[in-house]
Amino acid sequence: MTHSDPIWQRKDLICIEELTRIEVEAIFEVARSFKHTMERSVKKLPSLRGRTVVNLFMEPSTRTRIAFEIAAKRLSADVISMISNTSSLTKGETLKDTARNIEALRADIIVLRHPASGAPNYLRERVGIPVINAGDGAHAHPTQALLDAFTLLERFGTLEGKRITILGDILFSRVARSNIWCLSKLGAHVTVAGPSTLVPDGFSRLGVTVSHDLRQALEGADAVMLLRIQHERQTSTHFPSLGEYTSMFGLNKERAAWLRPDAIIMHPGPINRGVEIDSELADSNRSVILEQVTNGIAIRMAVLYLCASAAQRGGEMSQPFPV
Amino acid sequence: MSKPTTKTLWIRDGWVIDPANHRDGIGDVYARDGFFVADLDAAERKDAQVVEAKGLVVAPGLVDIHVHLREPGQTHKESIRTGTRAGAAGGYTTLVCMPNTSPVCDNAGTIQLIRDKSARDACVRLYPTGCLTIGMQGERLAPIGSLKNAGVVAVTDDGKCVQSNELMRRAVEYAAMFQLPVMDHCQDASLTQGAVMNEGEWSIRLGLRGWPKAAEDIIVARNVLLAETTGAHIHMQHVSSAQSVDILRRAKSRGVRVTGEASPHHIDLTDERLAGYDTNFKMNPPLRTAKDVAALIEGLKDGTLDCIATDHAPHSATEKDVEFDYAPFGIIGLENALAVVLKVLYHSGHCSLSEVIALMTHKGAEICRLNAGTMSVGAPADCVLLDPDAEWVVDCGRFQSKARNCPWAGETLRGKIASTWVGGKCVFDGESIIESA
Repeated sequence: MTHSDPIWQRKDLICIEELTRIEVEAIFEVARSFKHTMERSVKKLPSLRGRTVVNLFMEPSTRTRIAFEIAAKRLSADVISMISNTSSLTKGETLKDTARNIEALRADIIVLRHPASGAPNYLRERVGIPVINAGDGAHAHPTQALLDAFTLLERFGTLEGKRITILGDILFSRVARSNIWCLSKLGAHVTVAGPSTLVPDGFSRLGVTVSHDLRQALEGADAVMLLRIQHERQTSTHFPSLGEYTSMFGLNKERAAWLRPDAIIMHPGPINRGVEIDSELADSNRSVILEQVTNGIAIRMAVLYLCASAAQRGGEMSQPFPV
Repeated sequence: MSKPTTKTLWIRDGWVIDPANHRDGIGDVYARDGFFVADLDAAERKDAQVVEAKGLVVAPGLVDIHVHLREPGQTHKESIRTGTRAGAAGGYTTLVCMPNTSPVCDNAGTIQLIRDKSARDACVRLYPTGCLTIGMQGERLAPIGSLKNAGVVAVTDDGKCVQSNELMRRAVEYAAMFQLPVMDHCQDASLTQGAVMNEGEWSIRLGLRGWPKAAEDIIVARNVLLAETTGAHIHMQHVSSAQSVDILRRAKSRGVRVTGEASPHHIDLTDERLAGYDTNFKMNPPLRTAKDVAALIEGLKDGTLDCIATDHAPHSATEKDVEFDYAPFGIIGLENALAVVLKVLYHSGHCSLSEVIALMTHKGAEICRLNAGTMSVGAPADCVLLDPDAEWVVDCGRFQSKARNCPWAGETLRGKIASTWVGGKCVFDGESIIESA
């Protein structure tokens, strides 16, 4: 059984930008209680018993998919994962048709990972069941940003006035965009840093500081969030080589010393050891990379639970959407 | 042939606006046997079809030198029959259709097919264009002389800008021999790989691949230099960038033979409208910023940009109902172009009604050397009666076009077509197409 949350009224989670700070904090509140249950030997809760969650993954992903699968299973939901190369998707079926078939199978939630920006925005207008964005193109990855902020809050208590630097491929990163919105909403000062071709000045219009000077970007920061260099998204002209990237922007021990002494190092994974981050640093006690992974389960449990509750309350579940 | 009968038309008491002839005032318009005449004699007046135009503007039929009618080969999107009906409903009496059909118009046979279909199906005048290069591949010149003989009024690889400067130089030089303008869709393809919207704040916010204005500006500048080198006439299609307007303005001041068009959507809409990932705002070139819109309007006012052209680009609902990245570029424009242009240029106070009508009639016709867009004595009796102030709500369900990919759906616009006349015959009465017997 699900109970209604007084604040969270959305059946979908599409992007952080459209959420209020209070809604973000409502997710954290629920995630905190779910996190406690993860420390027990029996981790399963009955919250979504009898519900079916379909992970519709149209782009390769291992960790996000597994995190959503585990989160749904911990809530006792049945989980099906459809991965693009094992489904009708390769037969040329449209996203709309695939999703409406899933809805007709009386699934209760769709978790969508998609290479095209805006695909979840498109889908939520075409199905009645909840759509949870597990990453769309370079647009948004809301659960990643939520788990990152959750991890930071656990460490610092508040993000008001904290300086957080996101370093790497910002232009093609949905993680960076969602983090910009999420961290800014929570009162942090965000700097985005990296080579000028991957960190265009236009990002300043989102209310963040843009820096191409690594020292300036790291000095005094409370946390640095590294992003994977995404070879698959860049055209060949954005930087000369991985070697040059590492020499100019890779985080090593010498550069990590520019951070505040209590600063933490974050990475959404998968990490390229020796490229954006020095291998030893990734394993050091400043790194919270594995805490992020654990928190990712609590956040996704909270999101699945809250969206399912809101959908049930709205009476929208399994109602076919009019054409 | 049946015995020719004299048919006369008398449009009375309208606000007659014929910019090419500097006419702008209340008066009458006469036609005999499909052509405008200065007057009718008493007997002719007695037998004439009389149209009361009191309270309406009487203008030359609108001319659009940039439409896609999708026939042959893509008639699920549009056809010559439906596309010309969409034109008539929008007040257009002359359309110039682009050659990116299937097969493309790189041979006289396809041009002849379009002319045959047009003779049978079209309800307004339709002129084809031919390809610049074989298969629109940008590698070898199309048989431009044969295309001219087959009836094309311009050559263009619209949608696929010729990337090789050498080939473009030879193409414009060669086409000039036949007095054919070269119309270019100005896009440096290397700068727009995977791009789907204007590069700027909104592409960053939406995570969509950005399309820099420089991709257009570079080709506009190239074309200016090639027109200057060769003396040939190059026409820039759907100019969208402020910098391109500036390049054209300076070229024109040196006397270079370049012209340019602006599309209704590029002067009315900006890139922030993509915020909901609505594919009906996805077009090529993409919607730009308010600064570009202002520059385009200024360019239309000072003559840097010569005319309005819709780039009417129909796609089926199925093709557009997909993720933004996967949707085809293009929107339809014929049936609300006048109202959109009136909104942006006339109701806002930028231009007089006469100036707006000039941009939508004879200015475009002159680029393609068409005998259209005027009410000169002896010209084909193509005209439109319209109420520039009448409000209406854009209802795509009522469109004559097969397509519904219209970004103005649901919007209230001012400026309504009362009737459209081709060769002295009514083809659209403000509600429906009048099918000829």
